[in-house]
Amino acid sequence: MQFVFLMEQVVNGLVLGGYYLLVALGLSLIFSVGGIVNLSHGAFYALGAYVAMEISKVLGFAGGAILSPVVVGFIGILFERYILRRFYRAEPILSLLVTFGLAMVGEQMIRILWGAAPVPVSMPLLLKGPVFIGDFLFSRYRLFLLGVVIVALIAIWTLLNKTSFGRVVRAGIQQPDMVAALGIKLQPYMTTVIVLGVGLAALAGALFSPITIVHPAMGAEILTVAFVVVIIGGLGSFWGVILAALLVGVVRGVTIHFYPAAGAASMYVLMFAVLMFRPRGLLGERIEKFE
Amino acid sequence: MTDSKGKSSGISRRSALQLGAGGLAAGSMLSMPSLVYGQTEAIKIGHLTPMTGFLGSLGEWAVKGIQLAAEEINAAGGVMGRPLDVSSEDSINPDTAATKAQRMLERDGNAFLMGEISSASALAISQVAARNKRLFMALGPRSDTLRGKSCNRYMFCTDIPNTVMVNAVGSALLREGMVEGKKFVTLTADYVFGHDLLTAAKAFFDRNGATLVQDDLVATDVTDFSPYLIKIRQAQPDVVCLNLAGNQVTNFVKQYSEYGLPFPTVGFNLNTADAWAAGDGNLTGTWPTVWYHTLDNPDSKGFVERFQAKYGELPENHAWIEYIALKIAAQAMEETGSTDSEKLVDYFESGAKFNILKDREAYFRSWDHQLIQEAYPFTVKAPGEAADQFDILRLGEAVPGAEQDLEVIYPTSDQNPCKL
Repeated sequence: MQFVFLMEQVVNGLVLGGYYLLVALGLSLIFSVGGIVNLSHGAFYALGAYVAMEISKVLGFAGGAILSPVVVGFIGILFERYILRRFYRAEPILSLLVTFGLAMVGEQMIRILWGAAPVPVSMPLLLKGPVFIGDFLFSRYRLFLLGVVIVALIAIWTLLNKTSFGRVVRAGIQQPDMVAALGIKLQPYMTTVIVLGVGLAALAGALFSPITIVHPAMGAEILTVAFVVVIIGGLGSFWGVILAALLVGVVRGVTIHFYPAAGAASMYVLMFAVLMFRPRGLLGERIEKFE
Repeated sequence: MTDSKGKSSGISRRSALQLGAGGLAAGSMLSMPSLVYGQTEAIKIGHLTPMTGFLGSLGEWAVKGIQLAAEEINAAGGVMGRPLDVSSEDSINPDTAATKAQRMLERDGNAFLMGEISSASALAISQVAARNKRLFMALGPRSDTLRGKSCNRYMFCTDIPNTVMVNAVGSALLREGMVEGKKFVTLTADYVFGHDLLTAAKAFFDRNGATLVQDDLVATDVTDFSPYLIKIRQAQPDVVCLNLAGNQVTNFVKQYSEYGLPFPTVGFNLNTADAWAAGDGNLTGTWPTVWYHTLDNPDSKGFVERFQAKYGELPENHAWIEYIALKIAAQAMEETGSTDSEKLVDYFESGAKFNILKDREAYFRSWDHQLIQEAYPFTVKAPGEAADQFDILRLGEAVPGAEQDLEVIYPTSDQNPCKL
């Protein structure tokens, strides 16, 4: 019986991995393309949740979840055009500072617009309740969430690996000057990728809002987990982030099974262990800018 | 707000203070502004409360409540003719709270300190205050340890302690036959407050023949409860009992409803903001509260109206507690004619009665310095029964009943190790 219980935690951990992945993926994407560690990622996540809440009052849950990433993505265009663009080739510390500042501005903006008290958000009744697969308990909503994550993953992988758009982006990451010499303007590609990353954060915010508390500081809470995942996986590595998200989910579930008090600490211990043996993360590549 | 508006409100506030400042005629006051200003030097009070972190959303209510009380007191002429100047700061964590408390007393010239929600930060502040021999009114923390083993001459606690919350809910559970012979699992916030609540809960289970089959500690920054929910289902309890705090409560409630587990829940700690944030149809079970805005009491209703008029929203229980606490402090300063901590402590210990917007007046118990008052259990209204998102709780009868002594729900001197 103990073993079955443990397996249930492992499977739940994998589902939970999908939940972490949605936030971590956008963070990793923006890093791999722009070389920017976006500390304001959490602010876009929180904004996604609030915007979805507002839209869903008129258009329902689906309307909020679909349109919120679009609205926040538009803000992402301004973010890239007027702020981020200046820092692609600057010292990493400068972009850290500016995105850290933006994270605080974003949190305060939310506080001013919507108030400091948490706001209630509910999920559609259709997605509420348990699903049993064998004797294992799942939440219907999280299985739906997992489906969305898988679709998002396939879409992004295809975009980066199977399209001419992706080829330019990948070439731009490795040889920006060469791409420019070939007469290709990188700027619109960068903008698109940043918007994609920011949109993913907003989507995560919109989709997590029915299952977590929606309050101005929610972005800061999720950012820590997202960073742990990205760092364990290796900054900028697509498969690394996926592997790390699943690993964090499973390690957390198993730890809570045996020793609940250490549940939150387990992912930091995992990060420590991974970095001891692989300082660049599980599947990370060497990054000159940071050495 | 425009500049001119800002200025005019500033002037009218000051002149209002001056008018109430004493027996001087208004004309002579205006002709000697500097002298009057010297005489009406504000009484400074340091207010620390978490404005960020897992208790941050509660702290915002605390600030609103204390500012409303300060405004009302100042509009009525201040205390001993002097206006109150309450400065609120984010206490962040126990370390920072202690540093700020020291600075507020030493450098900023505050007469004494008030505030806090976190039991851990309150403990740190109380040590600083005691070292400086200054009053600290711990407003929001509910840990029994704080008013037990860690009590000291200079600290007074105004919120209900964990034991009272357990007893308030416990009395409702006993009535429904949900305790004796039942299997409980608990989830407990992993810091001093949660541990303390768990101790009170365990004592209640032992006393009433319930068994605790699983108790899991939950770190304060946990936002995902799914592994805990799976463990709860594996344990197949009769009742799920929650000793959580702040955002944890809302997150748990949302996810418990998401997974649709069938076991009834009871919580030994809830703040109304946590309940409001849970969203439609997510909250179930029986919970305790120290005050709720639907309380049928004229003074309480007046406070709710004034709060709504100022802020455009309903007051949460932390707004209420900060509000009544500043009024208590003002009463003490007025009665003793002093801001001296020793005199205020003696006054509180004298058994003075305070109107805290409830049916029965409250008083500080002299030997452990906690405010003795009524508490309430509540249940959740069925979906469709609530008028709006704030009208979701059905307040039960005050505990203890009118015929009983207020102290019956509080720890006795045998149970509370406080030595002042």
